Formats: sequence, C-alpha cells, structure tokens
Amino acid sequence: MKNYILQRLIISVITIFVLATVSFFLLRSLPGNPFQTETVLSVETEARMMAYYGLDKPLFEQYLTYLGNLLHGDLGYSLKYTNRTVNNMIASAFPISATLGLISLGVAVPIGLFLGIISARKRGKAVDYLCVFISVIGVSIPSFIMGSFLQYIFAVKLQLLPIAQWKGLKFMVLPTVALSLSLLATLTRVMRASMLEVINQDYIKTARAKGVPEDKVVLRHEIRNAMVPIVTMLGPMVASVLMGTFVIEKIFAIPGLGQHFVNSITGLDYTMTLGLTVFYGTFLVLANFIVDIAYGIIDPRIRIEK
Amino acid sequence: MNKTTNILLPNAFEFIEDQNLDSDLITRTSVTFWTDVWRRLLKNKVAMLGLFIIVIIMILSIFVPVFSEYTYKSQDLANANAAPSALHVFGTDNLGRDMWVRVWVGARVSLAVGIFGSVIPSLIGIVIGGISGYFGGKLDMLIMRSIDVAMCVPSMIYIILIMLFIGSGPVSIIIAFALTGWMGSARSVRGMILQLKEMEYVLASKALGASSASLIFNHLIPNTLGIVVVSMTMGIPSAIFYEAYLSFIGLGVAPPIPSWGQLSNAGIAVFRVYPSQLMIPSVLISLTMLSFNLFGDGLRDALDPKLRS
Repeated sequence: MKNYILQRLIISVITIFVLATVSFFLLRSLPGNPFQTETVLSVETEARMMAYYGLDKPLFEQYLTYLGNLLHGDLGYSLKYTNRTVNNMIASAFPISATLGLISLGVAVPIGLFLGIISARKRGKAVDYLCVFISVIGVSIPSFIMGSFLQYIFAVKLQLLPIAQWKGLKFMVLPTVALSLSLLATLTRVMRASMLEVINQDYIKTARAKGVPEDKVVLRHEIRNAMVPIVTMLGPMVASVLMGTFVIEKIFAIPGLGQHFVNSITGLDYTMTLGLTVFYGTFLVLANFIVDIAYGIIDPRIRIEK
Repeated sequence: MNKTTNILLPNAFEFIEDQNLDSDLITRTSVTFWTDVWRRLLKNKVAMLGLFIIVIIMILSIFVPVFSEYTYKSQDLANANAAPSALHVFGTDNLGRDMWVRVWVGARVSLAVGIFGSVIPSLIGIVIGGISGYFGGKLDMLIMRSIDVAMCVPSMIYIILIMLFIGSGPVSIIIAFALTGWMGSARSVRGMILQLKEMEYVLASKALGASSASLIFNHLIPNTLGIVVVSMTMGIPSAIFYEAYLSFIGLGVAPPIPSWGQLSNAGIAVFRVYPSQLMIPSVLISLTMLSFNLFGDGLRDALDPKLRS
C-alpha cells in the first residue's frame, strides 16, 4: 500500500509540473500582448507596463521566477484587473463555483445511483425502459443547452424561478438541475451496467442459496460490489462538473471562478489563464489522487497488481 | 436359392460421377464476422433508427447548401430575425442570414469535427497502444507512464490551451482532439494486445514462423477492431459536444462560418426574444448525439452478444 501511495504521489507531482510548464510556454508564445485593447496605449506606457509585470525579461528567466512563485503558492497578478492577484480571485470566486459543483454532485449521485439500481432490478420492465430513456436523453443534451432551455421554460415563460444570478436558494435551482442532469444520466448508465454484471456472479447465487434474505443480498452483496466501478468514475465526474461550471456560470451570470476563466481566455489575461489552469489542474490531480487511494483501499487487487 | 444371385458380377456395379461425391461441400456462403454483426444490428430497431436519423442528417447537410438559393453568409436585412416561413424555412438570424442553410452548413462542420475528431485520435491510439503492448519493455513503460501523467488532467484543459495556441477553426479543433484524444484508446488497445499475445492461436502462428508484421495485421489488429469501432462511434457524439462547448466559450469555430455550437452560442444571446434561433441548432445537436449514442450502443451489443443488456 505504501508503494502504491508513493507511486501515485510521484505521478501527481510530475503532472502538476508538466502542466505548469506546458501551459506557461504555450500561453507566452501567443501573438499579441494583454495591453493591446480598445484604449490605445503609447509605446512608452506599454513598455512600462510590460516592465512592471516583468514581461520584458527573457522568457526562461520569467519561467524560473514563475516556478519559484508557484512553489510559494503565488500565482501572480491579474493583468486585467489592476491590483488583484490570481490567488485573491480564487479566494473570492472559487467558493461559489465549489458550492454549485457540490450541490450538483449531491443531487446527481444519489438519484443517479438509485435510478441505476431500480433499472437493473426491474430489468425489461417499463421502469427500466423509462430509466434508460432518461439516461440516454440526459447524456445527449449538453448542459449549456439544457441550461438555456430551463431558463426559457421556467424563467421566461412560466416565471417561476429567477433567470440568472446567485443570490439565494431560489437562484440555485436551475443551474443545479442543468449541471447535474448529464452527470445523473451517466451515473444511471454505469450503475445499471455494473449491477447487471454483479447480479449474475456466483457469490450472489451462493448468498441466495445459503438463505440470505433478499434485502440483504441486494444491499450487502449486489449494491456494495456494484459501487466499485462508480468510485473510479469520481475523478472524471469532478472534472466534468468543473467543465460544466465554465458554461453554466456564463449562462446564469454566476460570479464564480469558471466565468473568470472563460473571460481570461478571451481577454488574453496571461497570468490569470495560467494561474487558473494550474489551479484547476492541481485541484483535479488532487481529486484523482484521493480517488486512487480510496480505490486501492476498496479493491485490494489494484494495489497488489502494481 | 439361385446361386447366381450371390455371385457379384463385375457389371453389378457402376461408376458414379465425381460431382455426386461432394456431400460435405459447404453450400452456403460463409458468413464473415462483420456480416454477422450487421445482421444482428439490423434486428436492433433502436440502433437502426439512430442510423436512419444520422443518414438523413448527412444527406441534408450535403445537399441543402448546394440546392438552396441562399448561402451561409448572404444577407436579407429586410427580413432579419424573421420567424420560420415559406421564404426562410427556419427563419433568419439577426443579420438576415437564412437559418435553414446555416444550420446545414453548420451540420457539415459539426459532423466533420465529430467524425474526424473521433476517428483520427483513435487511429493514433491504435498505433501507439499496439506498439506499446506488442513490444513491451522499457518503451511500454515510458509510454504508459507518460499517459498516466497526461491523463491526470482532463483533456479539456489541454484542448483549451492548444486552441489558444493554434487559433480557432474546424481544423484546429480536430488537431487539438488528435493531440489529446489518443491516450484513452492507446491504453485500451495496449491492454487488449497484452491479452491477445498470450492466446494459443498467436503462439501457434508464431511456431509456424509468422513474422511480427503478419501477427500484428492478421491476428492482433482484427481482434481489437470491434472495441475500437465501438469507441470511435461513441467518440463522435462527445467530439460534437466538445466542438459545441468550445464554440460556446468562444474558442471553437469563429463566425461567419457556422457550426452547431456556434449557432447555439449566437442563439443564446437572443433566445428570450427569438427562441427558434436557439432551439433549432440545439435540438439538432442533441438529436445527432442521441442517434450516435443509440447506434453505438447497438453496435456494441451486436459485436459482443455477451454484453447485451
């Protein structure tokens, strides 16, 4: 187990380093500079701005400074929002995105698992077809389209819920539904397939044969074993929620980090894009690391194999 | 009684012609694996419905722009933001461009990105995974560790970086997919090759003196093809989704070239007033993704009846 954790840790650290390096050089080699906006700056002002942010130094020197700062957890200044650091932005905006993401996961995971289990238990019946239908539809509708449809139906036409912004419980309903639907659908699919596989295993027959009550067979043997593949999905799920927040926050005008990320891309705010990429990357690597360890604990075959 | 009846006279037998001896000849044409798969697929009504919709969408996307009197960028400013009518089947956008033509030109872009964005990375994955699995050793170790490292971060982050670097456009999207999307299929192909390498028939053909190339092309690749084809089919809807997603955050296809993602992005800006401009492209995105998902599911079942659920 120790070796396994160590191996995962080394991979995680290398990943973050590679991501930081690749994104630094890709972003710095982009044409144009962030001070070329609608308001034309004089050459001297532009040069002074470049010097102020250290953009005039040789690229490799900039890279070393950047790595050094990164080790201290300093992601630098935003080039667009004067006097705001990237860390500052993350501290104020990330909690909002995290809330949105966590609520969506909290909605999607139990419902998705429940539908998957019901669907597999009632295989071939009307309930099963309904669940499969919901999951195929859910997988096929991108979250940003779902979000705008929900806005149109519930906010514009029915006027039941607020159309945008983030000011309380009522405002959370539509973005959460939009973000969790595809996740819920994927979970239903995977859980159903996993349950169907487990149901036919010999140990389930053994449990029944030795007279274990039906509810215990389902709860202890079937669901517990069917959950194993779900654990591996947790990493990609966190990633897809994160990706979803980029677009959902844009549609619903939620002042979260996803929106800043998208704006920094279109606004050529190097340090912001760079800082947020590294931040998101680290966050996901950390999530994957935790999932890997959890998986190693749940399924002994994984850690022995390696 | 009569003695002569027991005596076998030389002319008691006659020769039967050769062709009557072919009793063990196979009279039916042999069914190849893929014919069999196709037959099973034909029986799956849901998958065939998916295929039918895909074919209709492809035909429309090919012919509508050719035979229409409008082009995707010709403007009819007097009729801007028109509702669907006989003049403009799907209405017009805010610049008076015909949505019916734009939607089908957009379909070309979205489908091309979907198909090439799924097939090209899969092919790269087969080659790299195949090499890694077949030759093993240090090379395999190096490739697999690099994939481990790269796959810790979702490909979308890399795709965004690459798109920023090489600029927007359909070809750029396909390049970005090709650079990032091969890792998953390389991993699964490698896994399968490792399994297949141990099979008796591979050993047998090695013992008969088959070369590496003939092993790879006659045994290993054909046997991995099924799963690869399924993953390619399933990759198409996700490539279409990624294109729409990228266009939506402003990195995908740049105007005036339409793609479904680009059209829905433009539609979202005005959908409170003109809902049809969002509805049409987004229904088409969802319908196409749905059809490919249904077809892919059917194909997977047809390829491996054991997996049928």
